[in-house]
Amino acid sequence: MENEGKKKIWSEYQKEIADDHFFYVRSCIRQSFYPGSEQFFLDFMRNVLGKDVFENPSHTTCTGIGYHGDIVPFSTIMTVVARHFALMKESGYKNIAISCVTSFGIYTEILETWKHFPEELEKTREYLYKATGREFDIPENMAHTSDIIYKFRNEIAAKSKNLLINKKTGEPLRVVEHIGCHYAKMFPKFGVGGAEFPNVLSGMAEAWGGEVVDYPERRHCCGFGFRQYLIQANRGYSLSNTAKKFSSMKPFKPDLVLTNCPGCNMFMDKWQYTIKDMEGTTYGADGESIPVLTYEELAGLVMGYNPWDLGLQFHMVQSEPLLRKMGIEYNREDKFKTKDGRQMPVPKNLINA
Amino acid sequence: MEKFGFTLSKARVIDYDANDRSVVDYILKREPSLNLCIECGCCSATCTTGNFTGFSLREMNILLKRGENEQVRKKIRTCMLCGKCSLVCPRGVNTRNIVFLAKQAFQKFDSHAV
Amino acid sequence: MTGTVVVVGGGTAGMEAAGQLAKAGLSVTVIEKEKEMGGHLKEWYHLFPDRRSSSEVIDYLMDLVVHENIKLLTGDSVSGLHKKGSEFVLNTVNGEVIHADTVLLATGFDLFKSERKEEYGYGIYDNVITSADLEKMFRSKELKLINGKKPEKIGIVHCVGSRDEKVGNLYCSKLCCVTAVKQAIELKETLSDCKVFCFYMDMRMGGALYEELYRESQEKYGIGFIRGKVSEVGVNISNKLVVKVEDTLAGRPLKMELDMLVLMAGMEMSDGGAKLAEAGKLNIGENRFFAPADHHFGSNKSNVKGLFFAGTCAAPMNVTETISHARGAVTDIINYLNGSKK
Repeated sequence: MENEGKKKIWSEYQKEIADDHFFYVRSCIRQSFYPGSEQFFLDFMRNVLGKDVFENPSHTTCTGIGYHGDIVPFSTIMTVVARHFALMKESGYKNIAISCVTSFGIYTEILETWKHFPEELEKTREYLYKATGREFDIPENMAHTSDIIYKFRNEIAAKSKNLLINKKTGEPLRVVEHIGCHYAKMFPKFGVGGAEFPNVLSGMAEAWGGEVVDYPERRHCCGFGFRQYLIQANRGYSLSNTAKKFSSMKPFKPDLVLTNCPGCNMFMDKWQYTIKDMEGTTYGADGESIPVLTYEELAGLVMGYNPWDLGLQFHMVQSEPLLRKMGIEYNREDKFKTKDGRQMPVPKNLINA
Repeated sequence: MEKFGFTLSKARVIDYDANDRSVVDYILKREPSLNLCIECGCCSATCTTGNFTGFSLREMNILLKRGENEQVRKKIRTCMLCGKCSLVCPRGVNTRNIVFLAKQAFQKFDSHAV
Repeated sequence: MTGTVVVVGGGTAGMEAAGQLAKAGLSVTVIEKEKEMGGHLKEWYHLFPDRRSSSEVIDYLMDLVVHENIKLLTGDSVSGLHKKGSEFVLNTVNGEVIHADTVLLATGFDLFKSERKEEYGYGIYDNVITSADLEKMFRSKELKLINGKKPEKIGIVHCVGSRDEKVGNLYCSKLCCVTAVKQAIELKETLSDCKVFCFYMDMRMGGALYEELYRESQEKYGIGFIRGKVSEVGVNISNKLVVKVEDTLAGRPLKMELDMLVLMAGMEMSDGGAKLAEAGKLNIGENRFFAPADHHFGSNKSNVKGLFFAGTCAAPMNVTETISHARGAVTDIINYLNGSKK
C-alpha cells in the first residue's frame, strides 16, 4: 500500500530540472566540512556526463545563515542574491545549480517574494545597481544539486560498481533519508514529490538498490534553525531534536542516513558524537553509530570512487561499517594521508573506526 | 566528558501510551460523571482558590485524563471545596467529589493501600 | 396544473422532489448517472440522530418515485443543457433529448479526496480510512485491520478537507462532527473493549439531538475527546500509527499510538454539478456550491429563471435538511409554473 500511494503524490509534484549549462553556487558549510561532496559533483557532471557547470569565483555566500540568524536584513540578502543572478547573466547562464538547501530556501523565498510583490524586485534592482553597477535577470531554471543528481540517478545506477546492497546477506541496505526543511516545506511545489513524501533522496536510494525506511519522526526538523543556534547556551534544544529523530529511527536499524542539506548533515553526523559523550547513547546496531552521508558522497561510493577522495574520513562518524557492508575496499594506511602521500595528524576520538 | 556548554532538553510531549492513568481510573470508577466533562473551564472561572493559586480544575481534569499526575498531586490540596464549581458546571459533573477522590487516590497510591 | 420537470440527480434530494412534484400533477423525468437510484444514502449504515437504518429512508424514497408521472433514466447523465426561450433542452450521454419547462439540479456532493491531505497518509499507510470506508465496514459487518486483527485503539480526525485553506475549502462541512460521534459510538458497540479518541478543533453539534448524542458518547461509552488538529501521521516499527497532535487544553503536544485512524472527510460540490454550473453559466459561491438567488427566501433559486437546485449541491446538509430543501424547491417550481414562468 505504501509505495503505490507515494507514487501518486510524486506525480503531482513533478519539477522542471535543467539538463545542462549550470551556474554553480557553493555551500559554505559543505565546502568546509564535507569538501569531497562538491568535488564529486563537479567531477561527475563535467568529466563523467560531460556537462557544462560554470563557477564564478567572485560569487559569495548567500548570507542565508546571517538572514536566518536575524543579522542580515531581507533587503540585503535580496541584493546579494540579485548579484549572483547578475553574475549569471554576465556569463550567459540561465540555469542555477544550488549546493545548499538553506540557500535553495532563500532563493525560492526571494523569487516568490518578487513574484507577489514586484515592488521588491524593483527596489532590489535599484539597490544592486547603486551598490555595484550590475543588472540581473531572473534565472529560467532553479535546481538544487540533489535534484540534479536525482535527475541522473539512473545514469549513476548504470555506471555503478557497488549497489546499496549488503554483500553478506544480499539484502538491500536500509536507508534513512533526511531532507532539509527548506527544500520543500516552505513551498511544496519546489520539491520533487512535495513536502510530505519527497522523492529526491528516496528516489536515489531506490535507484541504487537500497530500501528506504519510514519512521515516525521522518518529517521532523534536525533542529538547526540558526537563530537560536548561534548562541551556545541555546544549542540544547537544537541537539534534542536530532536526538528525537535518532531515537525514532533506531528500532528500524538503518545502515546509513542520507541527507541533502549541509546543516542536517552536520547535525546528524556530529551530534552522534555529542550524545555519545553526554549520555553514552548510540543509535546504530551493536553500539555503533550510523554513518551520515551526503548524496554526492553516496553517489561516489556507488560509482566506485575512493572513499578517502570523497572525504569520508573527515566525518565525525566514520563510514567503515557501511563500506564493509557494501563490499567496498579501502586502504587504512592512506586514510589520513594527503594526495601526495604525506601523513596528516590522525584524530584521537573517532567513532566507528 | 567534554564541556559542551549545553545539555539535552527534556521532551515536553505528552506520551499518552507511556503515562499511568491509574488515578483517573480510580476516580472514574467512583464518580463516572467525570466522563461528562468537556473542559469548558466554567469551573475554573468561578473558582475561589484559582484566583490566587495555580489551581484550575479544568486543567487538573485534563492532566489526570492524560496521566500527567505529578502536576496535580500538590495543587489538588489547595481546593477549598466551596462548591462554586458544582454550581456552574453545564454538564452536571460532581466536581467536589472529583477533588475528594483525586486526593484520596494520591494518598492511597502513595501508601500502597490500593 | 400541468408542466414538465427534469430532475438531474437521483439521490435523496432528487427522489424527494420528484415524488412531491409527481403528486402535484407534474410530469417528471429523473436523470441519474449510477445504475441505481439513491445516491450516497445507499452507502451509509445508520443515520443520526436516532441511529435508524438508512435503508428505511431509501425504502421511503423508492416508494415515492413509483408514480405514473415519473420517468427514471438511470445510468445516464447530462451532456448539454440550454434554455431556448422559456423552455429548457437537455442532452444526455446516452443520446436522449429532453424538453422541459423547469429544471431541478440535485447533483449532490462528492466526498473530499483524503489523499490530498498527504500528511494523514490515506492510501499510503495501512489502517488509515475515511468515514465513508468505515460506514462500508459497518454495512458488511467487517470491522478489522489490514492484518485481519481487531483494532484496540481507534482515532477519529475531524475536519479533513474542511476549514482548511491548504486544500481550498474554507467552509465547515457541518455533518462530520456528529458523524464522528455517531461512528465512535458504533465502534464501541461493535468492539466493546476498544478505546476511541476524537481529535477535534471544535465540536459542532448544531442539529436536533446532536449535543445529546455527544453527551451520551461520553457518559455511556467513555469516548475520549482531545481538542487539537492532528498535524501528521507516521508508522512505528510495529506498524502502528503514531499521531502528533497539540493537546490545546493541556497546552502541550501529545503523541499517541493507534491501530486505526478514521478521517472525517468533508463534502465538496460534486464534479457533475460543477461541470453543469460552468456549462449553464450558473452562479457558484466561493465554496464552489451553487449560489442561491437569495440567502433567506430564495435558497432553491439559481440565477436562471426556471432552473432550481436542491440538496447538497447547494451546501453541506444532512438527510432531514436535504428532504426539506427538496420540498422547498418543489414549492418554488409550482409557483413558477402557476405564475406562467415568471
